[in-house]
Amino acid sequence: MSDVVEKTLTALPALFDSQTGAAKITNRLRQLIKSITELTSKHEEENLIKQELSAMKEQVSSPNTTMKQMREIMVRAMYCEMLGYDASFTYIHAIKLAQQGGVLEKRVGYLAVSLFLNEGHELLLLLVNTVLKDLQSTNLIEACMALTVVAQVFPKDMIPAVLPLVEDKLSHPKEIIRRKAVLALYKFYLIAPNQVQHIHAKFRKALCDKDPGVMTSSLHIYLQLIRESPDSYKDLTGSFVTILKQVVGGKLPLDFNYHSVPAPWLQIQLLRILSLLGKEDQSTSELMYEVLDESLRRAEMNHNITYAILYECVKAVYTIHPKAELLEKAARCIGNFVLSPKINLKYLGLKALTYVVQHDAKLALQHQMTIIECLDHSDFTIKRETLELLFRITNAQNVTVIIEKMLDFLRSCNDEHTIIHLVGKVAELAEKFAPDNSWFIQTMNDVFSIGGDLLQQDVPNNFLRLLAEGSESKEEDDQLRLYAVDSYLTVLKGHTSHLPQCFLQVMSWVLGEYAHLQESVDQREVIQFLTQLLDQRSVSSETRVWILSALTKISEGQTDLILDLAESLSSSQDTVLRQQAQELRHLSQDSQLHEWALPRGAPWDSIEVAGLIVFPYYDNSSTLILEGVKRVWGKDGYLPQKEATAPLVDEPSAAVQPPGQHEAAERIESRPEPSTQNQDKQQLASSLFVGLGVGSSMSLLGKSEAPPPCFRKKPRPHESPSSSSSSSGTSERSSDSSSRNTTDSFLYGSLLEEEPATAISAFDHTPKSTTANGLAQNKDTKEDRRANTSQILGGDMVIVRPSTIQDKHPPSVSSDLTALLPADLKDLPHSDVISLTSDPSLSLSSCRLFRDEALLLVIFISNCTETVIKDVSVQLTCEELKTVSLRGNVVDCLEARSTSVCHYALLMDDPHTNVSFTGTVSYQTQPGHTNTLPFSGTLSTADFIRPLVVTTEEYGKLWLSLSHDVKQNLKLLTDAGDPLRTTLNALKDALQLHVVDIIGSEGIVACRLLSGAPCLLHCRVNGTALAMWLRSPHPALPDCILYHCQRALTHH
Amino acid sequence: MIKAILIFNNHGKPRMSKFYEHYTEDTEQQIIRETFHLVSKRDENICNFLEGGLLIGGSDNKLIYRHYATLYFVFCVDSSESELGILDLIQVFVETLDKCFENVCELDLIFHVDKVHNILAEMVMGGMVLETNMSEIITQVEAQGKMEKSEAGIAGAPARAVSAVKNMNLPEMPKNINIGDISIKVPNLPSFK
Repeated sequence: MSDVVEKTLTALPALFDSQTGAAKITNRLRQLIKSITELTSKHEEENLIKQELSAMKEQVSSPNTTMKQMREIMVRAMYCEMLGYDASFTYIHAIKLAQQGGVLEKRVGYLAVSLFLNEGHELLLLLVNTVLKDLQSTNLIEACMALTVVAQVFPKDMIPAVLPLVEDKLSHPKEIIRRKAVLALYKFYLIAPNQVQHIHAKFRKALCDKDPGVMTSSLHIYLQLIRESPDSYKDLTGSFVTILKQVVGGKLPLDFNYHSVPAPWLQIQLLRILSLLGKEDQSTSELMYEVLDESLRRAEMNHNITYAILYECVKAVYTIHPKAELLEKAARCIGNFVLSPKINLKYLGLKALTYVVQHDAKLALQHQMTIIECLDHSDFTIKRETLELLFRITNAQNVTVIIEKMLDFLRSCNDEHTIIHLVGKVAELAEKFAPDNSWFIQTMNDVFSIGGDLLQQDVPNNFLRLLAEGSESKEEDDQLRLYAVDSYLTVLKGHTSHLPQCFLQVMSWVLGEYAHLQESVDQREVIQFLTQLLDQRSVSSETRVWILSALTKISEGQTDLILDLAESLSSSQDTVLRQQAQELRHLSQDSQLHEWALPRGAPWDSIEVAGLIVFPYYDNSSTLILEGVKRVWGKDGYLPQKEATAPLVDEPSAAVQPPGQHEAAERIESRPEPSTQNQDKQQLASSLFVGLGVGSSMSLLGKSEAPPPCFRKKPRPHESPSSSSSSSGTSERSSDSSSRNTTDSFLYGSLLEEEPATAISAFDHTPKSTTANGLAQNKDTKEDRRANTSQILGGDMVIVRPSTIQDKHPPSVSSDLTALLPADLKDLPHSDVISLTSDPSLSLSSCRLFRDEALLLVIFISNCTETVIKDVSVQLTCEELKTVSLRGNVVDCLEARSTSVCHYALLMDDPHTNVSFTGTVSYQTQPGHTNTLPFSGTLSTADFIRPLVVTTEEYGKLWLSLSHDVKQNLKLLTDAGDPLRTTLNALKDALQLHVVDIIGSEGIVACRLLSGAPCLLHCRVNGTALAMWLRSPHPALPDCILYHCQRALTHH
Repeated sequence: MIKAILIFNNHGKPRMSKFYEHYTEDTEQQIIRETFHLVSKRDENICNFLEGGLLIGGSDNKLIYRHYATLYFVFCVDSSESELGILDLIQVFVETLDKCFENVCELDLIFHVDKVHNILAEMVMGGMVLETNMSEIITQVEAQGKMEKSEAGIAGAPARAVSAVKNMNLPEMPKNINIGDISIKVPNLPSFK
């Protein structure tokens, strides 16, 4: 206990004695705290708190307890809850206090409520009326408290009830109320965006509020809105720039200064907004150059907070469309950060470097010595950030050094979170840049033994898939596998009890599959190793299953050993093991059966027999290092306008940059400092920063163009049923039996449904089985593959020959792309074709087709060049949606000026107002030269809504059976004759609703989410508004539909 | 957004905790323990930022903390907050506490948890920074304090003063009433006895 507390506590009794009467009540708290601080063990504390709680329980239920005492009890309850004890019996009293008490009690009551209850707590409903009352109160403090509680905990369903009152507060004369109201509305926006959809105009008013405080609060909202859709708020750029200019220029009242910096937090917020707005938008960026320059110039005082502003400025400069002059200044700022003796600034400097290095690798080179010093820094956070930076600059040349550093760090690290995070990165780098097989296997061994069972499941999955699928040449694959086998046998010779389960599983799988490749090792030895593992107590039962499967695979011809083993396991308590032991015995006795079940050389088998372990299916096409950062930067600046901007960036940087790696080292050596102690560091520097010089910066900047990863994963089978048929390595393996895991067969299943009958037969030839570990394999026989390919060419894709389209629309094909839709899709209602992305060789556009049970997203891939483009493959991801089938996303060869069509059938299980999808298309213009082009787009719920055709009676029955309902008033379209009919028709057009009936001033409308949850809408004309009442079995659906109705009517 | 604000002492005893996102009670306690564990083993002169642990929400979240004498002030924030900005916000918070309590010490936080919460509520609302200007915060808190006095009258004054005044008044009250006994009926007389 601290001295201060101790001293004061010893003085407490004297204090208590002198007080009597009312003061006694508050003494209860003091006594409680005093006795708690005197306790020595957790157990005593528990007992004491239990006593206290029961005393409190008695007190709260006693009718004689006054409000004041209740207030004091609440504070005690807060204290108990803070220590982690349950005082839930006081919750209701907290609410009562807020309901009935005077201002003082109310304040404690509200405070207790916001500490005790969460948004979903049912007791909160009891508070709604009180909040409503207090919001209307003329007492400022009451109104403030109500707004605070509304922003802290408020049930989502009750928002409509308080919304108008909170909205009114936006025009309250007191700025503190306006500010709190703005923040409360922001909170509403976060939990139920569609409910505040209609008050965006009011947000703008708040932004223009005469009080800078209110304006500051509104920036929270704008930051969020702009993050979601920057394009909709470009018009505000001018206003934000003006505001920032005024703030930077010191136009705000002096009250807003903090350490003589004008409104620093406001500046930070504005800079963030500006960088979002200016991202990839030259004209918008141009508006802000001046103010950014001004900010960089002004913020040169030596206080923490100015650095905070500078950091945001630098980030903004590197995010928006580049301007050489600013970049130079920003780079200098980063230099100041990195070199600062203040550790916080150093950290931020490293963070900035990590961010910037994606655009400008030379900056890292410039600070290489500092970076190396940071690697050995005593601060864990700094070290970690440095490794993050190194991760970004890794290339094939420096990968070994960087990974060694990372592994060193990992060995000394005991924070689970960090281990998981970093080990994944090591695995990713190793896979991408491994210089040779033995290094790769050794590194992966380290990854498995360090990461252990904390590892994310996709690390072992990826590794095993890589081993199993192999690359282009069988020889290399076998070599890799051999290395793995050798290395694991060495590991197993040593102590194995400390090895993580996940590593054991990987080892047993590899040994089971590939031990036979190593001819110099007796299979009996391998069996013995694995059997020894089985005997260890630390081995989990899941791992035992893996080991047994491996044994099953290599058991052939070793009947004696196996029979012993099977015998000893047949009495195991684990039924799965017992079953496997039985199978093992049968298989080892019947070699014919063994041959049939587990054909040598194609051992995709086994655990399906056990039926236990199937790796979860991860769609983890290894994330690119530069993920999320669109490659708009090149060596010479902004890529799209290479010619225009090239000299701007190059000149200033060339002046300060060493032209290459070697010169960099020389430069360091020529420094006045004694170089002897630095020699090690320099050596490290030259190995770490190799390949980062100007000459080779290209390869760093464009990771996609870096030397292809040593272990290139083959395209996943479901993505590419017809691809890679050209590779010689796979054709050898293609005689293997085919196997897919469940997800794959599901995908295929739905694919098959759409396939013409002939195609089904083609697929049916391939034997189906599930692999042990979810390694999706689709090695069709050659005949199958051919059948497959031709089928896909015939059925799935429409390859348009140059002649057909070039005649009509030579340069642009997008205008009539819908004509290319397969015949069976032509009749479906569809949206306009919009362009997704394009580059000089390929352009992608999309179109939505509304099928009853799914949304078909059709992507047109057009070759804009005069040459053939090969190996085009589209990948699309969307977290919120489910892809049930896809066709034609891989095209072997796209003729000049032709267009191929691929489509995804998407399902939406949980309604979201808007979902965005991202994807990439990769293609080869020349062999071995893969380009990737990212694209993204959004879909709205409206795309997934289908009319629900019911009669009025059915509607009535359904209505009564539905539970979740939402009511809201909407705008009524009054411009035409019958307002109700006009409005409903407008909604019907926008949302594909089914208007069931219109009776007088009421209308009933029905729709459903694809073929899933229905939603019923009841509309009634109420004066000039349309009272809408929605019901659905799905809690979120009415909100979504309401949102789109609102939009449809406002945009009408 | 700010996810949580925690204050604990050098021994890890929580002195105030405020969560702006919903966690179960057990998770909250675990977060406090884990955060203390992370923060307490750091030296004084290394940086004030830490990657959040697993509980508080993974790599997007950060712990930003300051250590004052016996207390740690920790803010858990997501990536949308500026690290240095929050660091100074902690400074503002502590300076405000210092002003409000006149030389704040750990005991003030223990005995006036509710007041600390009220001060915090003027700075951070629902996880968003509401006010960063110390004098403005103090004005708001004092406005509430005034309300306290004016509404509750004598009862709202500091406990010690109240008890002193009451103790003086108690014996006097009946006297006064006795004097006016002839004409004035005092209905609530029994309550004084």
